Amino acid sequence: MLFRYRGSEGMLAWAFHRISGVAIWAFVIVHVVDIYLVGGNPRAYDELLKIYASPIGRVAETLLGAALLYHALNGLRIIVMDFWPVFTRYQRQLWYLNWAVFTLVGVPIAIVILKPIFGL
Amino acid sequence: MTTPRYSRSGRVRPSGGGPETFIWYLMRLTGLALFVLALTHFLILHVLYDPSRQNAEWITTMRWNSLFWRAFDWSLLMMVLVHAFLGVRTVITDYLHGGARTATLMGLYLLAIGLFAIGTLVVMTLPTVVPKG
Repeated sequence: MLFRYRGSEGMLAWAFHRISGVAIWAFVIVHVVDIYLVGGNPRAYDELLKIYASPIGRVAETLLGAALLYHALNGLRIIVMDFWPVFTRYQRQLWYLNWAVFTLVGVPIAIVILKPIFGL
Repeated sequence: MTTPRYSRSGRVRPSGGGPETFIWYLMRLTGLALFVLALTHFLILHVLYDPSRQNAEWITTMRWNSLFWRAFDWSLLMMVLVHAFLGVRTVITDYLHGGARTATLMGLYLLAIGLFAIGTLVVMTLPTVVPKG
């Protein structure tokens, strides 16, 4: 759908917001249950946390962080346009501003999370 | 005239001042809170402290050894349960109708209540242990 429909930035911003939101929701379910194990079954929690520190876990964490950061920034963009409608005219520019901040903030964080995979 | 379901900004604010208008504001308020709470939480637990340094003991003796961080994480849980479950509710009502919608929404609300219960239980009852040494 994303590739066939030649939607504008506004449509992509909406689709990414929805996809990242549902992904974060799914992670929250897993995360509340795993934190419950800290009290209920600490050994099982320690085993689970090894997955977080593994290479696959780190890639997943990076994707989670990306979803979180995109959703947070685009959420601000939505709030700005909802409460100051004049900015709706600049919705495309605001979206590109989001990606600029996303890249500036996200890339260093991704490096920190991923570098242990390469023994750094 | 029907209200468009989505726009370039978020969902169009439902008029009428009923529960849907309230939820529209609630999504934005909890969203702002989560901008601070969720990003801070991620920064601390995925960037400042590497997951390889964390385990159940670390959470008991370090992370949750202060009322502040327990209150912080519990506030995060409350905000995220409201925001994420109301968000998924919007997604479900966009794509499902009739009985399937009702059944899925019931399951969604039950899940939210379950997570509220176990999340609140662990953050409030996990014993505080003084770090060794």
